[in-house]
Amino acid sequence: MPLTAGRTTPSYGALLLRGLLAGLIAGLLAGVFAYSTGESRIDAAIAIEEAAAPAAEPAGDGHHDEELVSRDGQRAGLFLATALYGVAMGGLLATAYTLLRRRLRTDSDTRAALGLAGAALLGIVLVPFVKYPANPPAVGNPATINQRTIGYLSIVVIGLVAVWAGVLAARSPREGSPEWLRAVAAVAAFVIVVAIGYVLLPSIDEVPDTFPASLLWDFRIASLGTQATLWTALGLAFAALLGRIGTRDRAARERSDIVAA
Amino acid sequence: MPDIQAVRPLSTPAVSPRVLVTAAGVVVLLLLLAYLVAFDQGAISQSGMYLHELMHDGRHLLGVPCH
Repeated sequence: MPLTAGRTTPSYGALLLRGLLAGLIAGLLAGVFAYSTGESRIDAAIAIEEAAAPAAEPAGDGHHDEELVSRDGQRAGLFLATALYGVAMGGLLATAYTLLRRRLRTDSDTRAALGLAGAALLGIVLVPFVKYPANPPAVGNPATINQRTIGYLSIVVIGLVAVWAGVLAARSPREGSPEWLRAVAAVAAFVIVVAIGYVLLPSIDEVPDTFPASLLWDFRIASLGTQATLWTALGLAFAALLGRIGTRDRAARERSDIVAA
Repeated sequence: MPDIQAVRPLSTPAVSPRVLVTAAGVVVLLLLLAYLVAFDQGAISQSGMYLHELMHDGRHLLGVPCH
């Protein structure tokens, strides 16, 4: 009998569902990390902001003073934010997996899933973080929000292009080239694209001179850890859920083999 | 026979035009969701700044630009 008999192909819908679920799990875990490492830093930053705001000035920049949502509400909203963000990223990961699986040149679904999640962590988290690191409340000029958003989204796109360039470069040397040469080509292509992006995009430094350096550092590490938790958990959870499709299909095939026998 | 199959990857759906169209729609929806969480300053949500403020801490800790 042909090896492919009884093989079911997971539909895009089945993969997407698993991506969304993996994203929800990863988002909630990232929320736990963010809550435990970041909340105290946000509170400290808000305290600095409020101490700096002249008491007479009504509503300040209208952002943190309005009390539209209480601090407790924002603490709970943190989990809503990371969960929804995780769901969105999980769906995008599953879509990327569906469209790119055949080009990933690996027999292992786990490696394919982890490779894509790792590429996303590198391209849309680490590359942007070095150029535009996360800032706590009390840092950042409301007037530049559009400029900062455009810059941030640009560096996300450049990060993804850099990863793509690295993969292309790794595959471009002639067949039989040593692996170290492929690695050098990949790193060079990646670094060149990132460097171009870093040079071309404007630098933004809005941290007040009086802001405590250690608080800024702790907040940024908490933020980076939140994204790292999200993408690590997302890659692992998606790979685990994919593995379950494979196991279920093999079990179904074995049952059909028995029936056929 | 199952042992041989066990090491082979899952086959993935052929990327038919239909899957591409579906995927494009899904990507738009997911990007809209990501926008609502991470970048909306009250423009889409129609609830003023309520959702923005509710997800304020998450936005800062996810590292995206905020006021």
